[in-house]
Amino acid sequence: MNGVHDMGGMDGFGKVEPELNEPMFHTEWEARVLAMVRAMGAAGAFNIDTSRFYREALPPDVYLASSYYKKWLLGLEDMLVAKGYITADEVKAGHASAPSKPLKHGGFQIDDVERVMVRGKFGRPAPAPAKFKAGDRVRAKNIHPATHTRLPRYVRGHLGVIERDHGCHVFPDTAANEAGENPQWLYTVVFDGKELWGADADPTVKISIDAFEPYLELA
Amino acid sequence: MTEHHDDHGHHHHDHDHSELSETELRVRALETVLAEKGYIESAALDAIIQAYETKIGPHNGARVVAKAWTDPAFKKALLEDGTKAVGTLGHVSRVGDHLVVIENTPQRHNMVVCTLCSCYPWEMLGLPPVWYKAAPYRSRAVKDPRGVLTDFGVSVPNDVEIRVWDSTAETRFLVLPMRPPGTEGWSEQQLTELVTRDSMIGTGFPKMPGAPS
Repeated sequence: MNGVHDMGGMDGFGKVEPELNEPMFHTEWEARVLAMVRAMGAAGAFNIDTSRFYREALPPDVYLASSYYKKWLLGLEDMLVAKGYITADEVKAGHASAPSKPLKHGGFQIDDVERVMVRGKFGRPAPAPAKFKAGDRVRAKNIHPATHTRLPRYVRGHLGVIERDHGCHVFPDTAANEAGENPQWLYTVVFDGKELWGADADPTVKISIDAFEPYLELA
Repeated sequence: MTEHHDDHGHHHHDHDHSELSETELRVRALETVLAEKGYIESAALDAIIQAYETKIGPHNGARVVAKAWTDPAFKKALLEDGTKAVGTLGHVSRVGDHLVVIENTPQRHNMVVCTLCSCYPWEMLGLPPVWYKAAPYRSRAVKDPRGVLTDFGVSVPNDVEIRVWDSTAETRFLVLPMRPPGTEGWSEQQLTELVTRDSMIGTGFPKMPGAPS
């Protein structure tokens, strides 16, 4: 979706302000939110692409005004309500009142903790040969799906070169909608700064994205 | 005027405080509901937080960098397949797939961003800092990387290529910075102390020998 989360190339957000000796969490609730998201994901309530989509789908003003973990909290609530695990009334009351819905992997317990400390595996066997190889000139398609996609706006319609092939991976665009893993070839595609930002751009800058095959066409 | 300012300040303080409490209450409410419905155990959440606080952090990445600086065969393997090479060190219990290590050279400086969210190599660097997840970095890193580096007090010579890696998939990028001069003969352990988190994101350089830590 063409949301405010797709920030590459936007102006006006000001300077980057690193915080000296930044703590891992700024409040205790941030840690609880992180843990709840990890636990409910591991229990099978949602996949990582779906959880990203719910954060992106927050109203733009809310997205921009909320801290990182606040966005995680709001996205988690919306997602669990939409999927029928909890009701909005329960969150408001702070107590359960509706029946539970079975989780794919059962409730998350202390023995499951080690599992969330390891990243999921996203590589999949190839359903078809790769269309592109390193060195191919490709164009990022001019597409604007209203649902989740990992093709950022700032490269759409632009010419780049395939640099690496990462094999086949779960396709976020379908996984986010729970329409299946639909594995696709994944490539690092490199763009010249001038191709993306115009003739005045810094000639020494190159930018790459990792692009799934359906995002690309041979140029 | 002074009094007015004080009042104003107090008002803002109270306001911020109550907003924080509101979020805190909301988080507690959600956790209570999830626990009462049998979805999670609160003790398991405690254990997740403890694991994040103790098991991951930039020390994991620093060890990889220092090893690559001292062992050419390891460095070669690391650049070919980051996940596999890091796995051989055994210091991270299990490494996630698709770790890509990218080497800084005198000709090219690498910098990593996630413009769409906050993708970051957690096992190697820990949880990302706020600036990495915030709009200023995510918006500008791909369009004005030299300007962003200036915000960090860092500059890369104008004849060096800057390559920005936007983490748009489940691949995760770790920058292998250049080994600082004047460290000939240093042990892997000594070198580890020079490797900063930001040098592995590409928004900084390793510490120089003798610099205050």
